[in-house]
Amino acid sequence: MIKVKELTKRYARTVAVDQISFEVAKGQIVGFLGPNGAGKTTTMRMLTCFLPPSAGTANVAGFDVLEQPLEVKKRIGYLPETPPIYPEMETTEYLKFVGKLKDLSGADLQKRVDYVCGRCAIADVKTRLLGKLSKGYRQRVGLAQAIIHNPDVLILDEPTAGLDPKQINETRDLIKSLAGDHTIILSTHILPEVEQTCEQVIIINKGKLVATDSVRNLQARARGAESVMVEVAGRNGNLEAPIVQHRLEQVSGVSRAVCKQQVDSRVFFEVESQKGRLVRGDLARAVVEAGWDLNELRPAAMSLEEIFLQLTQSEASAEAEKTPAQESKPEQPKLQESKS
Amino acid sequence: MRNVWIICRKELYSYFVSPVAYLLLTMFGLIFGFFFWNAIAVFVVEGMEMQMRGQSFPMNLNEQIIRPLLQNVSVIGLFFIPMITMRLFAEEKRTGTIELLATSPIRDLEIIVGKWLAALILYSCMLLFTALNFAFLFKYGNPDWKPLVIGYLGLLLQAGALLAIGTFISTLTKNQIIAGAATFGVCLLLWVLEWVGGYETAAWARVLAYLSVITHFESFGRGVIDFKDTVFYITLIFLGLFFTARSMESLRWRS
Repeated sequence: MIKVKELTKRYARTVAVDQISFEVAKGQIVGFLGPNGAGKTTTMRMLTCFLPPSAGTANVAGFDVLEQPLEVKKRIGYLPETPPIYPEMETTEYLKFVGKLKDLSGADLQKRVDYVCGRCAIADVKTRLLGKLSKGYRQRVGLAQAIIHNPDVLILDEPTAGLDPKQINETRDLIKSLAGDHTIILSTHILPEVEQTCEQVIIINKGKLVATDSVRNLQARARGAESVMVEVAGRNGNLEAPIVQHRLEQVSGVSRAVCKQQVDSRVFFEVESQKGRLVRGDLARAVVEAGWDLNELRPAAMSLEEIFLQLTQSEASAEAEKTPAQESKPEQPKLQESKS
Repeated sequence: MRNVWIICRKELYSYFVSPVAYLLLTMFGLIFGFFFWNAIAVFVVEGMEMQMRGQSFPMNLNEQIIRPLLQNVSVIGLFFIPMITMRLFAEEKRTGTIELLATSPIRDLEIIVGKWLAALILYSCMLLFTALNFAFLFKYGNPDWKPLVIGYLGLLLQAGALLAIGTFISTLTKNQIIAGAATFGVCLLLWVLEWVGGYETAAWARVLAYLSVITHFESFGRGVIDFKDTVFYITLIFLGLFFTARSMESLRWRS
């Protein structure tokens, strides 16, 4: 449905999007992920024919964005970061205007307006001025205008930004319910959103494509060998990390144990095991039998957040490791602890 | 064509649902009413003086009231046109709705012409106020209607040209005030350019004076459709809209 090949956008001095290539199949929801300023909006604007690419091609629903922009625009519904609403218009008036712009007319138009009002739960604000609507309603009106002409492709730029948690859930459910009929690209910098709504992720950073894969594959890929986080505490005072490490590595199936941090008498280990071996039970027994306390034991399935950080920061940290920037490192296990 | 009309209707809706249109119409009506009242008062006083002196100069409504008043309208228009055009694109750029228009299956030119047409229609509504005043002349006097119609045609052409320039300037900024002020400056300059012709007869001066939008209105005011002046205004309209189209295009490449 969407084919992007070496798409590039250069501004006077900066390269906003640098040779991005990806494909999206029909009916998929794809999360477009990246930190602020990564080039998400620019890429989306190129897909919607708002900006022409500097180089490369983008093909939407079989039409090239440069060659046949009108055909592409007919098949795309776009919700920019701020919903493009006219504050002086009433909801239905606005939806009719957008519908007409997208080539709808007559009874068809009326039907679609009623349909999207129902679908996006804005039927109760039909006659209100858009300028007086709350942020949540505006966002939904924005979504309604994007789907009014039943487009093949929906492009949503941060559809949940600035909403309260309840509204975020409602919007996510709405977007999920739209998949199937429409191919959806949705940009966000909120990671759980991608895990919850999307089947596929495209991660970009500083204009470059970092990874594109399904959510599950990405998690598996970033994890590599299976690993377990273990926190061990000594019963009476001191605990020697090397001793613990030695003991842990003796457990069958464990390939290595890495001491992450030691705080007083507590030590944190990341234990890697061979693929397919379940070592958690043996690990727990080993620790307890040695007379230590087992404070925590959990599989280190990386959340998308960690994958994201790992992927987007790998360049930065590679440089940082050469220089002594150790102070910030010990913080990491603590952060993970509070998360779980 | 359908798309032009969709955009045009939306713009008119925006003008008339907000106080903008009503404020402009009221102010214009008041100002022109005052001009009209003064012109009539002078006309009446002159007429009575002539009667007292026993002279019987022919008094002519067309020459003494309609023609100078149409000239006045063309100048008052210079002040109102920036207020009509300043929001056309600046507002869309500020609120981000330009993204909706630019990603809809509709050509840039259709957007531009639609907006320009809406501005021209609003200006025509203002001219209706003047027609209301002139109607009194037809009730109590017997002026010739043909020069008046041609005068209106001239006003519309002149306004069309200035509105096209205003539309272009509105695409250059997100700020309505800047768009309005710049348009006003350009309008004013295009008006006073004719002064150069008063003291200088070199070629450059004649070209400058020729560019003045006011001088080209004189023939229309007299009730004459001058081919040269008509072409001048139409050229300006095309030029303005052409620059608007280029500016919108560069907006895409730059933003």
